[in-house]
Amino acid sequence: MPKITYISHTGTTRTIDVPVGDTVMEGAVQNGVDGIVAECGGNCQCATCHVYVEEKFLPLLDPIGEDQDAMLDTTASPRKSNSRLSCQIHVKAELDGLVVHTPPTQQ
Amino acid sequence: MGVVIIGGGQAGFQTAASLRLEGFEERITLIGDEPHVPYQRPPLSKGFLLGKQEQRHAELRPAAFYETQRITLVTARVAAIDRTSRRVKLDSGEHIEYDTLVLATGARNRMLPYEGVCYLRTLGEATEIRQRLAAAQDVVVIGGGFIGLEVAAAARTLSKQVTVIEGQPRLMARVVAPVVSEYFRGQHENKGVDVLLNATLYGIREREVLLRERTSRPADLVIAGIGVEPNVELARDAGLPVGNGITVDEYLRTPDERIFAIGDCAECPNPFAQMCVRLESVQNAVDQATSAAKAIVGRGAPYAAVPWFWTDQYDIHLQMAGLPVGFDQIVTRGEPESRKFSVFYFRIGKLCAVDSINRPADHLAARKLIGAHTALSPDQASDESFDLKTAS
Ligand SMILES: Cc1cc2nc3c(=O)[nH]c(=O)nc-3n(C[C@H](O)[C@H](O)[C@H](O)COP(=O)(O)OP(=O)(O)OC[C@H]3O[C@@H](n4cnc5c(N)ncnc54)[C@H](O)[C@@H]3O)c2cc1C
Ligand code: FES
Repeated sequence: MPKITYISHTGTTRTIDVPVGDTVMEGAVQNGVDGIVAECGGNCQCATCHVYVEEKFLPLLDPIGEDQDAMLDTTASPRKSNSRLSCQIHVKAELDGLVVHTPPTQQ
Repeated sequence: MGVVIIGGGQAGFQTAASLRLEGFEERITLIGDEPHVPYQRPPLSKGFLLGKQEQRHAELRPAAFYETQRITLVTARVAAIDRTSRRVKLDSGEHIEYDTLVLATGARNRMLPYEGVCYLRTLGEATEIRQRLAAAQDVVVIGGGFIGLEVAAAARTLSKQVTVIEGQPRLMARVVAPVVSEYFRGQHENKGVDVLLNATLYGIREREVLLRERTSRPADLVIAGIGVEPNVELARDAGLPVGNGITVDEYLRTPDERIFAIGDCAECPNPFAQMCVRLESVQNAVDQATSAAKAIVGRGAPYAAVPWFWTDQYDIHLQMAGLPVGFDQIVTRGEPESRKFSVFYFRIGKLCAVDSINRPADHLAARKLIGAHTALSPDQASDESFDLKTAS
């Protein structure tokens, strides 16, 4: 299973095995990783699953969809070029080792 | 003692989680009568039926979360509330005492007076429908509302023959404008769904649904989505006021100041409807739970969150913001033919709701505009060169 690393804004690091097909959000929520709220349950409706993706993985991600793009404009912590909604990142083999940073606040 | 929450759905779960986020240190007991950790319902009529999502994807948090957050999950049905001794009585006869009680009992499906009909509210029911869908050929959906249409879309995607039976002259008639109803009818028909409007159900026989127009449809699976009844009985029996839901004030409090009611079971004054309404949505459940949690820790504020909702059918994503209560004018932005358009509803010249079809940016702009009571004219709304984000 691909390993995904979540680093909080205070530096707490958790590495989780996330099944292929699950989302980076689900990997966090199902394993009690703090910093991802996912209020809408992964429906791209709430922007409380915002993460900053480590730059070198950006080329491996799918392009940002229209609804993710609109939603990213409403995040509680500032949107940056590496901002993504973790419920929209589906884990695949190539993403093994992915590192995401959770923002100081989601709400 | 501490807080006791009745109902382990979206609203009950969120109350418990928000109380801890608010720094509440006392005991939290979450009593639910379903045999699962709290889960969300939207996937049940969408990805779960298609086999794309499983139970673990619907679960709001894993079991371990409740341990670390010191939230006691009790699987039981509450039989009665005793307000004098401040305790709830479980079916087993056991009692649990409370300082504060939160009613998050949700709603249950309306039923038809026929045998052999499936309904969809719970994970258990969704699991049964999913299994039966696998073996079915002819599926009849009774009710052309959100849940009926989502089920129809899933069944059609699984290549079933699908009929939708709706008594009203258009789909989702209770909540959307005719242009949106028509768009959805067209999309379902393009996919091969047989949509029967103005139809009256006459009976259900073995493998057959009879209509009053002397027609019938073969059916090896009949699923009804004909609305819900709020679970108000516990409150009513305890002497609390009940209208179209358990009646609460803008702090989500019943007249008994120790008892709150939230989510699908509660009716509450809503500034966007300018009256008391009972809503059925994830937004409403989550935001009311968050508000009630704040009120419990003494940081309450009048509930005034903008209502929003979504439904997914095939690749059509409908998002709704605000409440189209009493609207007297609508304009569209974008063309339905382009498969991306929004409908703006006005009440006495004031924007009250927006339905967006595959236009997520319009939806998010609408949440802001409606929430801030921003003045927007119908002309601005329909003019695509006018940037909604800059309106203020
Ligand atoms: C199939 C389906 C799809 C949906 N899709 C969407 C969607 O796409 N978008 C959206 O915004 N909303 C959607 N909704 C609506 C949304 O799920 C509900 O508004 C939300 O679940 C309401 O949460 P709640 O906690 O108030 O009620 P519920 O989720 O109904 O939870 C109430 C719980 O309390 C329990 N309970 C009741 N009485 C007792 C008692 N006496 N003792 C113990 N337990 C009790 C019930 O069994 C239930 O588990 C959907 C609903 C369904 C059914
Ligand atoms: S979980 Fe709500 S947008 Fe990702």
